[in-house]
Amino acid sequence: MKYKLRRQLTEKLIEFILFLAAASSVVITFFIIYTLVTEAFPFFKEVGFKDFIFETEWTPLFENAKYGIAALVSGTVLTTTIALFVALPFGIITSVFLSEYANDKVREVFKPMLELLAAVPTVVYGYFAMQLVTPFLQKIFPDLSGFNALSAGLVMGIMIVPYVSSLSEDAMRAVPQQLREGSLALGASKFQTSFRVVIPSAFSGIASAFILAISRALGETMVVAIAAGLEPKFGFNPLGPTETLTAYIVQVSQGDLPQGSIGYRTIYVCGIVLLLFTLTFNVIGQTIRHRMEKKVK
Amino acid sequence: MVDQSQARLMKQIKFLKAQDVVFWFVGLFVLAGAFLILFALIYDMAQTGIPRINQEFFFNFPSRFAGKAGIYAAWVGSLCVVLVTALLAIPLGVATGVYLEEYAPKGWFSRLIELNILNLAGVPSIIYGIMALSLFVYQFGLKQSILTAGMTLGLLILPIIIVTTREAIRTIPNHIREASYALGATKWQTVSSHIIPYSFGGIMTGVVIALSRAIGETAPLLTVGAVAFIAFLPTAPVMATAPYVSAQWLMDPYTVMPIQMFNWISRPQEEFHVNAAAAGIVLLSMTLVLNALAIFIRYRFRKKYKW
Repeated sequence: MKYKLRRQLTEKLIEFILFLAAASSVVITFFIIYTLVTEAFPFFKEVGFKDFIFETEWTPLFENAKYGIAALVSGTVLTTTIALFVALPFGIITSVFLSEYANDKVREVFKPMLELLAAVPTVVYGYFAMQLVTPFLQKIFPDLSGFNALSAGLVMGIMIVPYVSSLSEDAMRAVPQQLREGSLALGASKFQTSFRVVIPSAFSGIASAFILAISRALGETMVVAIAAGLEPKFGFNPLGPTETLTAYIVQVSQGDLPQGSIGYRTIYVCGIVLLLFTLTFNVIGQTIRHRMEKKVK
Repeated sequence: MVDQSQARLMKQIKFLKAQDVVFWFVGLFVLAGAFLILFALIYDMAQTGIPRINQEFFFNFPSRFAGKAGIYAAWVGSLCVVLVTALLAIPLGVATGVYLEEYAPKGWFSRLIELNILNLAGVPSIIYGIMALSLFVYQFGLKQSILTAGMTLGLLILPIIIVTTREAIRTIPNHIREASYALGATKWQTVSSHIIPYSFGGIMTGVVIALSRAIGETAPLLTVGAVAFIAFLPTAPVMATAPYVSAQWLMDPYTVMPIQMFNWISRPQEEFHVNAAAAGIVLLSMTLVLNALAIFIRYRFRKKYKW
């Protein structure tokens, strides 16, 4: 009897400990939101909301400080767009190839290699962008500056290809085999089946893969901090230097900023803006994915 | 008339067949091309960096002179930071995964935790960095220490460990659990002697991949104040005199491999870029070895258990 009671008690205790571990993830989210909001809040007492949105210059550490977030947002949008121009076609081609065309042997070789591609540290990709891709591109575009959005965006695109292709491949493999067989039985070729049957049926999964990839690209830091230059500029010129929200945070927090100064506050303001962007895309992507999983079941 | 339409049909079929073959080659070309470019980049970096790699490079501290600078403080720092990260993230992540798969009642709270983890996985790493700057560095007063860095990275890789733990547990068929219960085992006995051992391979794969991510992570550590110019090692954890062990190293300043590399790239002088390439090769080898290990573990365990 005593033994049974003790056993029940240990069981409950263990369950409670495991529960605490699970609940701690909610605490992390709380701390993220709490620190960002409390550290950024005093900023808006000093800087008007109107200036923040409509000003196009971002020079918070200069004497004549201007706080136009648009300059950093445009840099972020620019590099992300370039990255998507690479990741979109390449991601689709590799995922169609791996899920519809390649046999098991070819897949066994390429899948782990794609994973290795995703394992390369971002600072190494930054080195590639600055030391190798930029000099190469300068041969094609002679007026490309040493630090530019183009090479950073291209390298970032290559970086997220494995992510896009593995998520979209999952979606394509979830398409029921009968659909493919039906299409092939009607005399369609593999290419027609892939692009007119499989891709449309897996569309929501592929769409969610891209939306999640956008969120990845928005939050990517090291490649842009190394290769895109650190000049906040409002505009969308891929050949010139630019600065993203993430690169600004890195640039400023490297120097010793006194806690509570306006410069210190700006990194939290940028953090909030960045988090709002990535969170929006994440929630949309997650919702589409969740719906798709329900439908497949 | 019949001949004509038949000829057209034949032409179309020929075209479609050719299209299939062409796409097969396009796919292969794109994939092979991507790897070729990557190998070319690594090869180029290796050519620049490898001549710099020698014993001195591994055992020298950073220096103003590129030729004398080394990565001693950086690789020791990386190991210390990853140790703290692992001690925090592995127990917490595995426990969370086990709770969500085996214990959690289906309800709003479990759904909340699940959604929360999905979203945490999508939070950019730099956000973890500035959160840790405010929370760990200033409010907890932990300063720019190894402990701060390890905890920051621990939180960052937590979602990866949770997700892979859950996936690994989910592959265990239900009849294993039922057999265990039928023999009178309690829930924890079932979990500790069946669920965790059988999913161990999957969990370890996730852990190793997560740790390799932590080793390569740069941005959040820049914000919590890793210093690139560290000319000493953390305090040794063991001493010759009482009390023999010391946790002082947790509070020491540090640098890590990716930070050291970033610092060298950011300098204008070309000689330091050579050092960056050398550090890049060492860093890349570290992460690739870990990833190869993960693939190997997964392969071994897939062979071991066939349900």
